[in-house]
Amino acid sequence: MLVDLQQVELKARGRLILENINLSVEKGEIVTIVGPNGCGKSMLIRIILGLINPTSGTVTLRQGTRVGYMPQNLSLESLMPLTVERFLCLSPRATKEKCQRFASDLGLTRILNNPVNAISGGERQRTLLARALLNEPELLVLDEPAQGIDINGQATMYEYIAEMRDKLQCSIIMVSHDLHLVIAGTDKVICLNQHICCSGRPAEITKHPEFINIFGEQVSTSLALYTHKHDHEH
Amino acid sequence: MDWLPQLDFTHRALIAGLGIAVLAGPLGSLILWRRMAYFGDTLAHSTLLGLCLGMILHINLYIGLVAVSLLVAIILVSLVKQNWLASDTVLGILSHTTLATGLIVATTVPGIRIELLSYLFGDILSVNMIDIFYILRVDLVALIILWGFWPKFLSTTVDKDLAKVEGLPVDVINWMFIIMLAFVFAFAIKIVGVLLITALLIIPPAAARRFARSPEQMVLLASIFGAIAVGVGFMASLNWNWPTGPAIVVMATLIFFLSLFTKLRSHA
Repeated sequence: MLVDLQQVELKARGRLILENINLSVEKGEIVTIVGPNGCGKSMLIRIILGLINPTSGTVTLRQGTRVGYMPQNLSLESLMPLTVERFLCLSPRATKEKCQRFASDLGLTRILNNPVNAISGGERQRTLLARALLNEPELLVLDEPAQGIDINGQATMYEYIAEMRDKLQCSIIMVSHDLHLVIAGTDKVICLNQHICCSGRPAEITKHPEFINIFGEQVSTSLALYTHKHDHEH
Repeated sequence: MDWLPQLDFTHRALIAGLGIAVLAGPLGSLILWRRMAYFGDTLAHSTLLGLCLGMILHINLYIGLVAVSLLVAIILVSLVKQNWLASDTVLGILSHTTLATGLIVATTVPGIRIELLSYLFGDILSVNMIDIFYILRVDLVALIILWGFWPKFLSTTVDKDLAKVEGLPVDVINWMFIIMLAFVFAFAIKIVGVLLITALLIIPPAAARRFARSPEQMVLLASIFGAIAVGVGFMASLNWNWPTGPAIVVMATLIFFLSLFTKLRSHA
């Protein structure tokens, strides 16, 4: 087991953000966290990463696990002159050669010498993914990886992620709104709304009443189609 | 102190000023990138209390200065971590409270004699050889630390969450930075005074930003700009009898405005 959360609860300024979270991630597993805005998805991810401590409960990350983290956004002070290549090379495990190889895998070679502040949303997301991958992660944590990318780019982004996962053989925990794009490649879906409403394999979860309650009948039915398609490929 | 080289007071002043300006490059750039200008101001304002404390306790004044700065920094960081007030609110309260308390203590407690004007705006001409050796030592230690840990300083500045996930000791690095600032402020007070020290640290890197294509270029250029500001400001103060600290800061600002009007071939 790579990650294990037991009875995790988080309060901020007296307000309950997360409660009774039990969650585990096995080696090689892909877990997708879904849920409405403000349901605590990003907070849960920050707890898993050890960036914040839960109010109560235990978080166990297997000793010495290398983690790659792709944050939702990068807020770089505009007074910081930093090229994409330099940003990638800040990773402690990076060498110049490795940076260039990952950059070329993700189609970033052309913009390596551009300032980080002057690249497009899609380029920024791919840069952040490359930075996460440079840490040679056993666990890859992605917070809305396709945010700010147009529809075509989104599918490509998830293709990149799937490709990289196959290459690196890592586990993935991912927060995503793009259910239809991620659900087929996911081992486990966790539906979060302050607590874990329901969790399980995609094919089961889309039929779960709590899931339908949150996302609506229509979404659930169309998602069931996606998972169904996936089942047939096997 | 007969063994020390006998320098003219103008030379002493210039060396001390350049000693601080050199640090404007790396420290000032880091302050800007980390959006800590106001934090720096707060540390600087708290030094008056430190000075008084040193006089009351009859200890080395620099020890009092650094100790109080660090104490304020600890209070600041823990208050901000509590997260029940926005950080600029905390800074605003502490910054002016420490300055106000310092002024009250400095003017009412018997046995304390501080030239307030020279404390607030600097008195570079009174720099003695001991001050210079202190400044050079701080320079040396700070530059060695910055050199050795530069990639870590940079990484924690760009994104502290990423740095932490990648295994960097983010809190340790932050405190190293804050401690360095406390020391530099303690020794820079004589040069430009508490009200202007942040200006000397952040205006040169702000001017350097437009010409820099990498963090290191910005740091190097900022140090050069800082040194020019000290040199030219010092000459202005000698020629026209301007107060030295303000003259240095105004020259730095002049460089900043000149940088805005400089045409660049390619934009970074």
